[in-house]
Amino acid sequence: MKSAVIVFPGSNCDRDMAEALSQVGGRAPAMVWHRESELPAGLDLIAIPGGFSYGDYLRAGAMAALSPVMAAVREAAQRGVAVLGVCNGFQVLTEARLLPGALMRNGGISFVCRDVPLRVENSQCAFTSGYRAGEEIVLPLAHHDGNYQADAETLDRLEGEGRVAFRYRAECNGSARDIAGIVNEAGNVLGMMPHPERAVEEAHGRTDGRRLFEGLLEAVSERA
Amino acid sequence: MKTRIFVTLKEGVLDPQGKAIRHALEGLGFAGVNDVRAGKLIELDLAPDVGEAQVEEMCRKLLANTVIENYRIEPAGGSGGDGSA
Repeated sequence: MKSAVIVFPGSNCDRDMAEALSQVGGRAPAMVWHRESELPAGLDLIAIPGGFSYGDYLRAGAMAALSPVMAAVREAAQRGVAVLGVCNGFQVLTEARLLPGALMRNGGISFVCRDVPLRVENSQCAFTSGYRAGEEIVLPLAHHDGNYQADAETLDRLEGEGRVAFRYRAECNGSARDIAGIVNEAGNVLGMMPHPERAVEEAHGRTDGRRLFEGLLEAVSERA
Repeated sequence: MKTRIFVTLKEGVLDPQGKAIRHALEGLGFAGVNDVRAGKLIELDLAPDVGEAQVEEMCRKLLANTVIENYRIEPAGGSGGDGSA
């Protein structure tokens, strides 16, 4: 799987993401600095990692969404390249309007940093094909702005079209309808607050995130 | 020329920060604060040829996230110019 990890000033999960992609995908990703205006050719996956891009100034993800590399990411997403945004990456994707809604300060104000149970709501997209629909998995959360909000109409559409990929099993950050991750209309862009890249090997304590990358790898191989 | 942009959360959008501030005020013994909404004030120092339409565009493209926020543009030396989204 040919992948790239976008690196912004303030990204801090870029190396975890690269490690997960190397281990599962069998090939180290290209690390692409935010000032680049072009991405490597023939990418199967673009990963936007967690962190605090541009110090979360103005709003989490707002500055990163306007950085030069995002124009190339947008163009690739429109061509059907898989785009995975985790944590700050999810915030960047909503600010770039590649995904609907917004991520606000957590409902309880506190930074949430713990493992949480999630329900895989949809196993139909490339990102979730390694899971069974309805399956419960556990992934680490680590964020201050993970409170997903959108108007009722948008939320109904996401639910109706099966675009809620992951849902928290219990309220943890105030998110509307306990939404933890969503995909775009075409199903090739996923944004999620939990960190699959932090749960890929036994040493992490959990391996539930591994299947996300395995599923992607399989989906990409099938397409080739 | 100074222009002020007030960015506030849309009505109905829960404001966790405002809630925490209200609790803190309560803790200090201030009674009667029914609700607190926190927002942002952004001050722009603009060249004279920057028009209102451009400021509107700045608000829509970056300064406010219109999914959850409203903005109000207050030109130098007066109020008005309501640009609530």
